[in-house]
Amino acid sequence: MSKSGSPIIKDDKEENVKIVVCIKQVPDTTDVKINPETNTLIREGVASISNPFDEFALEEALLTKEKHGGEVHVISMGPPQAIEVLKNALAVGADKVYLVSDRAFAGADTLATAYTLAKTIEWIGGVDLVICGKQAIDGDTAQVGPGIATRLGIPQLTYVSKVKEINVEKKKIVVERLLEDGREVMESTLPALMTVVKDINEPRLPSLLGIKKAAKAQIPTVTAKDICVDENRIGLKGSPTWVWKIFSPEARGGGEILKGELTEVVPTLVNKLMDMKFIK
Amino acid sequence: MAKLIIDPETCSGCETCIPSCPFGALSMKEGIAVVDEKCTYCGACVDVCPVSAITLEKDEKAVTIDTSAYKNVWVFIEHERGKVSNVSFELLGQGRNLANDLGCQLCGMLFGDKVDDFAKEAVAYGAEKVYVIESPVLKEYRTDPYACAAVNLIRKYKPEIVLFGATTQGRDFAGCVATTIEAGLTADCTGLDIDMEKKQLRQTRPAFGGNIMATILDYPNYRPQMSTVRPKVFPMPARDGSKKGEIIREPLPMTEEQVRTKVLEFVKGAEAVNLVDAEIIVSGGRGIGNGENFKVIRELAGLLGAAVGASRAAVDSGWISYEHQVGQTGRTVRPRIYIACGISGSIQHQAGMKTSDIIVAINKDPEAPIFKIATYGIVGDLFTVVPMLRDELKKRLGR
Repeated sequence: MSKSGSPIIKDDKEENVKIVVCIKQVPDTTDVKINPETNTLIREGVASISNPFDEFALEEALLTKEKHGGEVHVISMGPPQAIEVLKNALAVGADKVYLVSDRAFAGADTLATAYTLAKTIEWIGGVDLVICGKQAIDGDTAQVGPGIATRLGIPQLTYVSKVKEINVEKKKIVVERLLEDGREVMESTLPALMTVVKDINEPRLPSLLGIKKAAKAQIPTVTAKDICVDENRIGLKGSPTWVWKIFSPEARGGGEILKGELTEVVPTLVNKLMDMKFIK
Repeated sequence: MAKLIIDPETCSGCETCIPSCPFGALSMKEGIAVVDEKCTYCGACVDVCPVSAITLEKDEKAVTIDTSAYKNVWVFIEHERGKVSNVSFELLGQGRNLANDLGCQLCGMLFGDKVDDFAKEAVAYGAEKVYVIESPVLKEYRTDPYACAAVNLIRKYKPEIVLFGATTQGRDFAGCVATTIEAGLTADCTGLDIDMEKKQLRQTRPAFGGNIMATILDYPNYRPQMSTVRPKVFPMPARDGSKKGEIIREPLPMTEEQVRTKVLEFVKGAEAVNLVDAEIIVSGGRGIGNGENFKVIRELAGLLGAAVGASRAAVDSGWISYEHQVGQTGRTVRPRIYIACGISGSIQHQAGMKTSDIIVAINKDPEAPIFKIATYGIVGDLFTVVPMLRDELKKRLGR
């Protein structure tokens, strides 16, 4: 498809916020189970869903647009059936969606994925803010967000739990980041990329009208040729890491139910715990 | 481009490969297995095919770098608010094993403002060399100056392996560094060892919410091999204050004006113990019923010096704030003892706590899935059991 925008640095006169949200289609890992006899994954009937963290990313984009004006573009990299998550995005109010799909992208690890998504964002052009979920629930790497920011040469704000201020004119954003032991308030220049945690908002549900509109929408596909990628940096060829072995985690032993009257069971439990010497 | 080839002549139609695919890319068509565009060339099906009908054709990766120029195991010494993170010491402990297997040195990589004491600590925990960059710009962790410092050091000294803690800081940092130097990075590892034949780092990590484990390797034309490693997976090594190490100092090629972010404020969490560092966690779930009832959990946690956790159900009901959430959309924890009260134990919750050493489950419902993974289970009303447990512990601990 043809190029729609200008380079990533946009005209200073524009005050609206141009946002790109990255969404990954993932298997609902709740349903992924191991067959204990064959030690393989049972995938039958496993639904594909939008990565839950990405729904917070999309909601934050929509809230930002409602407050400041602007456009929300959503991209998803994956096989053709990933259009489902893009339809969901349209149904809740995304302005434009693109499926980033090409056999040449297959087998990408986080380095190649981040490169491909960054090239797509450059191709969209004029972007002020990129929003991703903190991580995807299938791979749990949390590496693609920082990877995209680094490829684009823009600051990264990870684990964001609150956006306190966005000022496109002054090219400034202030966010709160959720760390292990507290919250850090950080100021950054724009354009920037942020990854968000669940605490940031409550994603809206699509309206009936939105669902109808999305169902009819034609979703454009962006291919390797469109975004002018270096073919040595995409797909399996552009990936430094590869999966050597997949196996089942060691089954957790246990399942000992302490039976009897509580007046006996509770002291038994305390004995067992005190024996571990972790209680000081 | 890579190809997964299924030889229709050899395929016996046994369907063994179908469930082996983590991505659901295989199906049966007219009695033989076929692959679709969901294939990521992971190779899981190749190994399970009993008749060897599946082959994975990969592009030849020409070795374009001199792998032998890359030496030594490096550990990023992470610190926050005046204290080195325990995970950095744990990594020095495991880094020692890797360095011994490779016959190379173990080194620390340390950034900050006036961090001599931390460099000494890294030596005491086993680093033979510590590469130090000091500058007021590096006083607190920020991606720009830290990544600039690391990228310059790595390009100059060429380590073979670089390890980071899989903390918020380590994951923010490693993602930027690996992308800049275009190296492989494996996230959140729970196992690290050396393939002695190929002298390669084997990085094992959970995926799909902990339902499968994957061992990841780096192609030989990418170095260093980099990983973030989950805290509390490797034991703390012994500290030896008499050890001597070399400190190598380098300047930071970045000024404050070049840094695009500023830390305006840090607000410490209200809880005394945070979930990630906690040795003991007491968690409450749907069975707690309301926000006020969390005091039952807090009392037991307070007595044990434990952190307070919660299931998604409790957080989504507004009974307790999100920073307490354990599980797939919350935090992953690995305490010595995890006490789950009124938590049924959904797959998502388990993904965040399944690797705790000891799991204690207290639940009314004997069928709750949490009992299947609990080391010790008590079937009963948490509002009866938890106070009894508290009183019994009080008595034993003399508090």
